[in-house]
Amino acid sequence: MSSASPSLSRQDVAKVALLSRLALSERELDHLTGELSKIVGFVSQLADVDTSAVEPLAHPLDSQNVFRDDVVTPSLTRESVLRSAPRHDGESFLVPAVLGETGAA
Amino acid sequence: MAAAPSPADVAAPGSFTTVIGLEVHVQLQTATKLFCGCPTTFGAPPNTQVCPTCLGLPGSLPVMNRHAFDLAVRAALALECSIAPFTKWDRKNYFYPDLPKGYQISQFDLPFSSDGFLEVVDPKGAFSRRVGIIRVHLEEDAGKSMHDEAAGTADSRIDLNRAGTPLCEIVTQPDLRSPQEARAWLNELKLLLVYLGVSDCNMQEGSLRVDANVNLHIPRPDGSVAKTPIVEIKNMNSFRSVERALAYEAARQWEEWRATGRELGSAPKQTRGWDDPAGVTRGQRHKEESSDYRYFPEPDLVPVRVSADDLARARAAMGVPPAGLRHMLAERWGISAYDADVLVNQGRDLVAYFEELAGLVGEGKVASNWMQQDVLRTLNERGGTIDAFPVRPAALADIIGRIAAGDFDTSRGREIFAEVLASGRTVADVVASLGIAAVDDDALEALCRELVAANPKIVADVQGGKEQAAAGLIGQAKKKNPNVNPGKVRAKCLEIIRGL
Repeated sequence: MSSASPSLSRQDVAKVALLSRLALSERELDHLTGELSKIVGFVSQLADVDTSAVEPLAHPLDSQNVFRDDVVTPSLTRESVLRSAPRHDGESFLVPAVLGETGAA
Repeated sequence: MAAAPSPADVAAPGSFTTVIGLEVHVQLQTATKLFCGCPTTFGAPPNTQVCPTCLGLPGSLPVMNRHAFDLAVRAALALECSIAPFTKWDRKNYFYPDLPKGYQISQFDLPFSSDGFLEVVDPKGAFSRRVGIIRVHLEEDAGKSMHDEAAGTADSRIDLNRAGTPLCEIVTQPDLRSPQEARAWLNELKLLLVYLGVSDCNMQEGSLRVDANVNLHIPRPDGSVAKTPIVEIKNMNSFRSVERALAYEAARQWEEWRATGRELGSAPKQTRGWDDPAGVTRGQRHKEESSDYRYFPEPDLVPVRVSADDLARARAAMGVPPAGLRHMLAERWGISAYDADVLVNQGRDLVAYFEELAGLVGEGKVASNWMQQDVLRTLNERGGTIDAFPVRPAALADIIGRIAAGDFDTSRGREIFAEVLASGRTVADVVASLGIAAVDDDALEALCRELVAANPKIVADVQGGKEQAAAGLIGQAKKKNPNVNPGKVRAKCLEIIRGL
């Protein structure tokens, strides 16, 4: 592992903003490129620690195999489900037109 | 950009190899979702099977469905995968309105299983292919977004009933070599998963979805191989569509390669959607790169360790898979591989029916013939399941036994079968009511003597060495008494003629 602090380009930040569906102004982009670079730099100090003898940690809790039985529990009423939606038609949530594929990728 | 190949470089059409890998998602047959107790019933009114967890409301926490995990392990074992002793879940982040949390809980670097295979053997021997499985993992489904373009509205409607339904993702190696093989392999996979009770694999209801990756390997005269850019095909709604889409795409890539010479690596992986009515694939938006999903470990779920005991239990729950069952039926009952394939492909209940019948009849081949020619044909015409089939194995065995005993011939047996099927009465009852009674030996002898006396021409032919002429006597015998057994008539008539 290199301990060199990875620097973030303005382009990297613009891409992450797009993936997060955040619209940033040019000024915000400049500002966040500096901020995020500092954060990444801070976190990358961890790379200086020798972890070769440390087992990877999948979860901070010392717990595993937590399951529930396959038993139906009551769902919410549709009325309550839709109540806090900005827009709905009484059956479904309404969102701006989505075209193209759907379903788990 | 590579130059277009000159005609001399171009291999003859059809000389390329089509290389296909599949990615299959199946919904697991659980009563509830993967991380909450909402039901998974298909076709419920929109947004009536949702709760804070599958809606992704703040403060809700997922808890893994034990049965979903067990079914996933069962599927992976049947696909000969290694089961990881330690597995965890990850967040796959992307924004889409049918994904309320803004991430899908999936598995990234430590899937619970990997490195398996499933073989497909064409029963007529056209091909046999062992297809490697890269991995099987367990994840949650997204909701459904519906856009009614005809209605002219600018909105899409979101139904989250499906969100959180347990899915197994099965990814194969690029081991398939033709659209026909891909379709046959999918049929085998579906059969296996239905046998195991892992999924109903109903494509119409979206319980099984297939994406296909395809490219061409084209040998050049100099011995090197040109590889076309890989295309991922989506939106195929039946196995037939998969076969058609792959055939179309192979031809399209061939033409494109001849026109542009573009090879793998010169263009990013393209996603194309299958337009079934038009019979073509069309380019879609570029897929986000894997790293764009910003996977990280799911902090709300603890890891799962699978013990040797867990695996032993999962194996015990598996039962014999279709491939093993084909082999077993052929061995145990002496039927052909083809016949065993037909029976096994109809499902476990039909195999149970057959085995009960074969056991009662004591003759696997005879039982198999009745299954193929009568039971299956009738079942196809009537619809319905073998469990509800009115002629039970005992009744059919009774009919077959009476034929073997010479009470009546096969065509009479079929009439009785049809009557039992239509009326639901017992075989004995139908035999009595149709006036079918065994013709005793004296009556048979009298009838044959009468026929021999009345047909000097046939008698002369038989005496001249043409034994097949006796067939004319059998026809006449059946007219006089429909209950006579043709084999017995033939034997008796020949005996009388020889004694003349």
